[in-house]
Amino acid sequence: MNSKNSLIQIKGLRDGLLISLGEGEWRELESLLFEQIDERSSFFSGARLALDVGRQVFRVVDLTKLRDQLSERSISLWAVVSDEPKTVQTAQLLGLATRISKQRSQEVARPKVARKIEKEGDVLWVERTLRSGMKVEHNGHVVVMGDVNPGAEIAAAGNILVWGRLRGSVYAGANVDGQPASENTDAFVCALTMTPTRLQIASEIENRAGKKTSKKAVKISLKNGKFQTEVWNAK
Amino acid sequence: MSAKIVTVTSGKGGVGKTTAIASLGIALAARGQKVVCIDGDIGLRNLDVIMGLENRIVYDIVDIVEGRCRLRQAMIRDKRLPGLFLIPAAQTRDKMAVSPSDMIRLGDELREEVDWVLIDSPAGIERGFKNAIAPADRILVLTNPEISAVRDADRVIGILEAEEKGTPSLILNRVNYEMVKKQEMLSPEDVLDLLAIDLIGIVPEDKSVLIAANQGAPIALDKESRAGQAFRNIAGRLLGEDVPYMDLEEQGGLWKRISKLAGRG
Repeated sequence: MNSKNSLIQIKGLRDGLLISLGEGEWRELESLLFEQIDERSSFFSGARLALDVGRQVFRVVDLTKLRDQLSERSISLWAVVSDEPKTVQTAQLLGLATRISKQRSQEVARPKVARKIEKEGDVLWVERTLRSGMKVEHNGHVVVMGDVNPGAEIAAAGNILVWGRLRGSVYAGANVDGQPASENTDAFVCALTMTPTRLQIASEIENRAGKKTSKKAVKISLKNGKFQTEVWNAK
Repeated sequence: MSAKIVTVTSGKGGVGKTTAIASLGIALAARGQKVVCIDGDIGLRNLDVIMGLENRIVYDIVDIVEGRCRLRQAMIRDKRLPGLFLIPAAQTRDKMAVSPSDMIRLGDELREEVDWVLIDSPAGIERGFKNAIAPADRILVLTNPEISAVRDADRVIGILEAEEKGTPSLILNRVNYEMVKKQEMLSPEDVLDLLAIDLIGIVPEDKSVLIAANQGAPIALDKESRAGQAFRNIAGRLLGEDVPYMDLEEQGGLWKRISKLAGRG
């Protein structure tokens, strides 16, 4: 195998193709990628593609461009896998999947970057309103400065704090990374206005029937497997 | 000339995008603007019917893109207004016949020809939608005061934001003030509260819209219709005018709050 091919690995998945990119300059990788695709355009045409971009940082414009370029070649990009949190966030914003299967580390011939679950300090800041169809998954805490609209979803291994109106689905203490279940029953959810479509902490799902909207900020947590709601009173 | 390209989209189908495009096109053309409306719904074209031009189609958008005709040949001139044109969709093809970059090229070519390019997006968030928003300078999200329509609008706004298309403006269509008053319908306030984008117009529900559409005589031509007036007002706002929101007697206090939300007097 020459060095050109080792930079771009193509594998078949159950329901499409996985292309893994090696380390290197994105521009170079990009032209190599399209070279390979255009050489075998009939093979790639109509494919569902998952792309493993390693530690490459993608901004929204980059990823949109890439997706459009692929789409022009009748390839639909459905997932972007990355070790780079910024890229993962970008992919999630564009509604792309960011995980393809649990055996990912075996499928990718690249040293896996350890993702530590830090109990403290590992916080994903989302400084925007999450609209319907947006999904945020994070192996730590999630803080949203904005609203979480109906149809939006958050799953966090840790706590979820919404500085705004929570109207979407939230799952705190989630088993986010497909690792052996280590559900976090100490997790909690806070919001300035608490009217989620669905609220789950660890394996407990709250029954929201008949719940009233609190005008005050509340914190919901588990105590002995039961939900408890505390109203936040500024002192 | 350097046209502004405006796309109307909604996510959900059947909320009134096509009627809105036809009405805005007519309202702008009636103000002396040169306007071309593009039907982006390849395979399910409707705009030609609403504009009453279906029997004059020779070439369509796919013919332009695939080089079978010149741009001017596919621009159908309206019977009533000399400044109004339609580029129809192909009925026998599908959305994949045109790509976002085709649309950008088409838009750039049209910029030199007219003052306004209005693009009617198909429902959904797939290829047709991507085509329709690709060349847009400004996007208007249209919704009805229904929970499902509002949720789809929210999704579309999220995609537009994620793709860095800028924040769209909102047209709230088919508002029935009687029902809002009885709390049987989401109020404009509720919708704006959730979507949190700028309002560019509220169109009251109006039976005459359907009647007009069926006759191929769009509502903006009807001087009596309140919906027609609402679309003429939106056209004025697109032209940069500070048009006050319609003073309809049923609205009362609700109206003041909306005016405040919309940031207009």
